[in-house]
Amino acid sequence: MKKFFETFVVLTLCFGYSIWSTAIGSNEPSLVKISAKKFEFTPKQVTVKKGIPCIIQLTSEDRTHGFSSPALNLRADIAPGKPTEIKFTPQKAGDYNFFCDVFCGSGHEDMEGKITVIE
Amino acid sequence: MNNEMDRREFLKLAGVGGVVFLSGLSANPALSLALPTKDFFFVQLSDTHWGFEGAKVNPDAKGTLIKAVKEVNSLKQKPDFIVFTGDLTQTTDDVSVRKARMKEFRSIVGELDAKIVRFMPGEHDASLDNGETYKEFFGETHYTFDHKGVHFIVIDNVSDPTGSIGEAQLEWLKQDLSKRKRDDNIVVLTHRPLFDLYPQWDWATKDGAKAIDMLMPFTNVTVFYGHVHQENHHMTGHIAHHSANSLMLPMPVAGSMPKRQPILWNNAEPYKGLGFRNVLSKSKKDQFELSEYGINAEARV
Repeated sequence: MKKFFETFVVLTLCFGYSIWSTAIGSNEPSLVKISAKKFEFTPKQVTVKKGIPCIIQLTSEDRTHGFSSPALNLRADIAPGKPTEIKFTPQKAGDYNFFCDVFCGSGHEDMEGKITVIE
Repeated sequence: MNNEMDRREFLKLAGVGGVVFLSGLSANPALSLALPTKDFFFVQLSDTHWGFEGAKVNPDAKGTLIKAVKEVNSLKQKPDFIVFTGDLTQTTDDVSVRKARMKEFRSIVGELDAKIVRFMPGEHDASLDNGETYKEFFGETHYTFDHKGVHFIVIDNVSDPTGSIGEAQLEWLKQDLSKRKRDDNIVVLTHRPLFDLYPQWDWATKDGAKAIDMLMPFTNVTVFYGHVHQENHHMTGHIAHHSANSLMLPMPVAGSMPKRQPILWNNAEPYKGLGFRNVLSKSKKDQFELSEYGINAEARV
């Protein structure tokens, strides 16, 4: 009887932990890493889910760049050696362009990408 | 409210606001008339991007500016001054090439038949070194001058690579405006639009609204700028903003294409979308008349 009780407690704890950790996991923001260098973002297309908080972690491999997506009201400077994070929760599905808005040279105007927000 | 206007709408508003806008004239008879004492005109040239290479966009990249110089020199009446509203040269990481382009550009525009030629930088000239090389060739990046009762303010919104005016220059602007009367005639010359023309294509100045707020109490303010490589006429309250065509590569209307990229050359319509502008300042009516000129494809270089 004691053995059965111990097994029951252990299983209950494991099951409970599993549910708790799953719940915590679902609330955790999704992490998107984007690297910038003259004159491209990598990746240049990312997908995030509507209503799920998202952290965009930005790094630069060479010089200061900018990250701007006016339609999503997102902007940040990206200084080399200093990862920058932007947190947001996408509210509407669709495609949103982003681009470098710190002039960085002859290919600056082509330095852009797209965030796709899915349902 | 969408403040973008087509020409007819602008004319209608101009009739109320004291600004007359004329466009599409190959020759303006008014300019050949003797001007009253304080009337004058100046020529605006913009976005010459000297050093640009791209045959699909402009196969005459080395000839367009030279043709424009000849066109300006052939005007029946000499302008009081000529102003270049930025992006004189195409950007390059190589400082020696940057200097060579600025030197060549200065030599070409040195042929302009005008006593006064004013310059200001665009991001291609100044953003990679905060305007240091530009200053060597063309002097200060922001300044003021007065001409026949009109106060001109040149604002630099490109030496900061983020496309901002910056607090120091805004304070300078504030100090300058503190010396002006509310009904003074003020013309602002700058490169990027001071208002949010289309931020999705970076057609804006990050802190441009601060400058507009400072200018708003003044009743006679007009802004001439470049950057967007096309005519655009916009009102922020009573302040009119006019962008100029490029002399190297035309750009599409904001948001009309998924991507910001130059309009390709059309052999059937060479030099379409390229040109310069005359601005006639009429002192008695506190108004400006704008005349747009194209590039004469037949001009020999």
